[in-house]
Parts: sequence; structure tokens; C-alpha cells
Amino acid sequence: MQAPGDQLTSLQLGITKRYGNKTVLDNLQLEIRKGEFVTFLGPSGCGKSTALSIVAGLIPASEGEIRLNGERVDNLPPEKRGFGMVFQNYALFPHMTVYDNVAFGLTLTSISKAEIDKRVQDMLRLVQLLGFEARYPGQLSGGQQQRVAIARALVLRPRLMLFDEPLSNLDAKLRVEMRAEIKQIHANLGLTSIYVTHDQAEALSMSDRIVVLRNGVLMQSGSPQEIHDRPKNSFVADFMGFRNFFPVRITALSNGAATATSGNLTLRARAGDGFAVGSDAVMAIRPDDIQLGPGAGGAVTVPGRVEIVEYLGREQEAAVRTADDTRIWLRTAAHMQVGDQVELGFPVDKVVLLPAE
Amino acid sequence: MRAVANDERSEFDALALFCLLPSLLYVLAMFVYPFLYGVYLSLQVQKIDGFSLGNYVAFFSDAYQYGTIWITFSLAIPTTIIVLVLSLCLAYGMRRGFFMERTITTILIMPISLGVILLSEGILGFYGSQGWLNQMLIASGLISEPFILTHNYIGVMLALFMQQFPFCFLMLLGYISGIDPSLESSARMLGATPSVVFRRVMLPLIAPGLAIAFALVFVMSFAVFPSAVMLGQPAGATRTISIAAYQKAFEQYDMPAASAIAVVMGLCQLAALVLIILFRRRLSPAATMGVGKR
Repeated sequence: MQAPGDQLTSLQLGITKRYGNKTVLDNLQLEIRKGEFVTFLGPSGCGKSTALSIVAGLIPASEGEIRLNGERVDNLPPEKRGFGMVFQNYALFPHMTVYDNVAFGLTLTSISKAEIDKRVQDMLRLVQLLGFEARYPGQLSGGQQQRVAIARALVLRPRLMLFDEPLSNLDAKLRVEMRAEIKQIHANLGLTSIYVTHDQAEALSMSDRIVVLRNGVLMQSGSPQEIHDRPKNSFVADFMGFRNFFPVRITALSNGAATATSGNLTLRARAGDGFAVGSDAVMAIRPDDIQLGPGAGGAVTVPGRVEIVEYLGREQEAAVRTADDTRIWLRTAAHMQVGDQVELGFPVDKVVLLPAE
Repeated sequence: MRAVANDERSEFDALALFCLLPSLLYVLAMFVYPFLYGVYLSLQVQKIDGFSLGNYVAFFSDAYQYGTIWITFSLAIPTTIIVLVLSLCLAYGMRRGFFMERTITTILIMPISLGVILLSEGILGFYGSQGWLNQMLIASGLISEPFILTHNYIGVMLALFMQQFPFCFLMLLGYISGIDPSLESSARMLGATPSVVFRRVMLPLIAPGLAIAFALVFVMSFAVFPSAVMLGQPAGATRTISIAAYQKAFEQYDMPAASAIAVVMGLCQLAALVLIILFRRRLSPAATMGVGKR
């Protein structure tokens, strides 16, 4: 157990993991500061859980190091790191009551019985499970079990909390509630957290910083807003809900905007550095950023015919086929029918320019 | 609604009973009847009419006979404990897979497929006073007199161990590897060293499996017969209760007395099972709770 007051000020990762000749984590470099909520986001098999397990000490890295406040911790066993972890399947001890589960870590320290009791009660109050002390995990719902798991880790006042897809076994409604609760606990207790998920909505709503991984490679790291609005590559864009991708050739660059063509289609987008006139690139836009009707304020307008309409409740998502046979998805509250002729507007500030794959 | 539901259930029950009939008949004919007949037989003394406890009285008033209970327990209990402890260690070590796991497992299971007689002959050939082991040790100069490992208590223990260990190991390996590995990880994250994880998390979860394994190994060891004859001293140190029953039945042709001994033997096994079940309840009242949820 770490000495009291042994707080995390920074955690530096530089880790590689290989299984045989398969690299599942390719030199992941990252620094996490006190109080941050960092999310590892990516599809299954992207290495995010592996990275978390390496930080936890449950599996060894093949190469590299982990430094906590400048000191190496990668050679410490998990029980010596002072980190807390919440697992996807809760991993509660089925033979212990809720109380004993939460008290487990404390009973391994020299803390007095009275103090243990107080801290367990405080923690159960925090996760709203007072009165459930004598229950066994098998008698709790999934959400309650996950709360016990969170309490069990938090009661030790860990210097770093690790969450391994903690909400993916819960139903959609509970997931939204629990993510607000976790976020609140993180803020109220001043925790530093690493959170692993494949759910972009979860990542966006909870994180201070999102680290997007793909096949063990860091694709982009930044604030939720950056990741959401300015993805750096097609993978991140695709993961963040961009559904329309156009392979283009850049024809003009001026004032931070690029003009490019894709077949007969001409598109304009904000452009960062690293793009040159004449080079190949990809332009992308979210279905809900496409405007229906004549484009306003410099938006490029494309005519097309509605091919598929999906009803989503408040909105509809529709596939529109343009004259040069490109399919474009848009989402709108306006009513559409298959066969309608529509005009699609692409606002310049909503189209992103990405490097060609 | 309720009535309808009840009707449906009773209909289903009748059908289930009907489907069970063949197996019930089988159990009745092949197990319950012979068993009850044995009990009935044990209550009749040869050449005397009517029921009597004479056979039991005779058994318990002859030290040569009732001593077999102690002999059998003193063979079965240590064997069971040794088998259990070693299989637990090995299975726990192999719970997350192991180098050459399949090969090792196959080698361990081999004795099961060979049968008791072949195994006992092998033990005689290897561990006997003229066996390979003693010849090697004597040739290498480590010992001058052979170790006496057969035709005594140790010989029977060896044979029992080799018969029971594979069963027990496989059972425990299946049981332990079925326990969610994230329980171990979470205990480590909560500050538990590997030994604390074993003691406070894994052992209580393995306990029900251990209890079942103990019961099975014990019952099988208690009934030891061929190895006690082939590798022990069937007239002395390893005259187990099954040998006593055999002698009554097929050497003295006193079937009722043999039945009485068999009933005593069954009661001993039953008593041990009851103890195990009670102990298991005490050990971890909720060990099985929630395990099914993983």
C-alpha cells in the first residue's frame, strides 16, 4: 500500500506489447496529469485494454516503462502500485457480502476495524448502497454490482483509477446514468482516471482527454471537442460518426480552406497544415452536418435523389444518390420520402480534410 | 391463471415421471433392490431363523474383524489428503494454462486407462524389493538394503495414489480454471499478494470442489480391494474392510456375515460424506452463490 499522501502528480507511459511477432501495442507514449480523466477509445482488439492492464501491472509490457511522478513503477506487482481498478464483469468476490467486498482491500492494511467500518459506510453511502451490506453479489443487479466494484476500489483512495469498460454489460439507460455518476465521483473526489471504452458517446461525455487507438497505434489524442470536430485521420473520423467520405484531389488552398474535387463533385473544407495542391486527400462530413435545401453561406450544394430513408424517432437518416453515383448520408428532422429530389448543402466549416489513407 | 398454471405443471410432471420410468426401474432393479436385499441378508444369522443382529455383534466383538475399520480409515484418509493436496497444488499452478499442458495432462491421465491390475503389477515391478528403483539405488551405492515399498502399507498407498490422483487432478483443474480470472486480478488490484489471493479469494471458491473431490476420493479409497491384496499384506497390516467382507463371502461362504460387513463399510463411507457436507456448509455458506453469474 502506498504511504498516505503519496499522490499522483504525473504518470508517463511509453509501452510496447508483443505477443509472438504480433504487436498489440506499438510504443504508446502518453503523459497523464493529476485530476485528468483520460479515455482510451477504440474498437475491440485495438490494444486499449492491454494498455490498461499493463498500467495496472496485471500483464508485463514487452518494452518501455511506466513512470509515476518520475519513478519507474513497471517492475512493481499490481498490489504495490496503489491503483484501483474496475472490471467489465465487476469481478466481485461471490463468496463475500457487499460489506466484505468493499472492506477487502482495507483488511489487508493495518487500518483499525473502526476506521474500516467508517470508510466502508462512507463509500457505500457515496454509491448509494447503504443497507445492502449483508447481500451477496449474486443478489444484486448489474448496476448495483458495478457500484460495489467502484466502491471497493475507491475505498482504498487509489492514486489512479482504472476503468476497463465498466458499463458495457449494463443496459443503455443505466449506462447513461452510471456514466454521469462516475464522472461526478471523479470530480468530487479529485481522482485521476484512465477509462477504457469502445463507446464514443461515453468517451465524449466523460473525458478530459481521449486517446484513440487502432491496432495498438495511437491515432489521435486530444480533448473530446478536438476529437469530435477535428479528427486527424479517416479512422478517427469514422469512429466519431463521420459517415460520408470522399476521396478527393486538392485543387486550391487559400485562407485555411481547401477546395477539392471528387469526380464531378467539388467540395470545400477547412484545411490544416500538411496539405498541398494536387495531392490526394479525403474529405468527410457527418450526416447531421449536411443541410437540406439550397446551401447557405458559401456551402457547396449537390443535387441528388433520396434512395433509403431510416426512421430514427425525432430525425430521419437518408441515403441520397448523386448524379455521379455517389451515396451521401444525411440526417434531418425534415420529412423525406424515397424518390424525392433534394439539394444537399455542405457547410465549409463542417467538412474536414483528412490525409489519404 | 394460477389454477391453469398448476394444471400445466402437474400435467408436465406426469409426463416427466413417465419418461423417467425406465431409468427409475433400472435403478430399482439394479441398485435399490440388491442394496435392500443385502441389508435384509445382513440381519439373518446363518443356520438360525428370524432376524437378528448377530452378524453385527460378531463383527464388533472380534478385534480381527472390527480392526479392519481402523486399518481402512488409516489408509483412506491419508491417501485422500495427499491426493487432494498434490492435485490442488498442481491444478492451481496450471489454472491459466501451462507449457505442454496437453502432454502433461495426458501423461497424468494414463493410469486411469490402464486399470488397477496392470497398474499394481507395474508398481510391483518398479517399487518392489527387486524392482528397478531399488536395483538402481543399490547399484549406485546410495543404499545397501532395498527399501520395502510393496507388500505393506506404503505399497497400498502408492497404488491408491496413482489411481486417485488423475481423477482428482482433472476434477480440480476443471473446477479451478472455471473460476473467473478477473477475480484474481481484482484482488491483486486491491492490494492482495498472490498468497493472500489464494487464501482469501481462490481457496474459498475452490472449497466446494475440494469437498466433492475429497468425498469421491475417500469413498473410492475406502473400498480399496485389488491393490490391498496385490501390494499390501492382505492378512495383516492392510487387511481392509473389503477384504474382510470378501473372506466372509467367498472363503467362509457366510453371505449374511459378509453383507453385515458391507453394510458397516457403507455406513462408514456415508458418515464421512455427511461430515464433509456439514464441513463444507460451515466453510463457505455462500461460496456457490453468484458463481453461476459469471
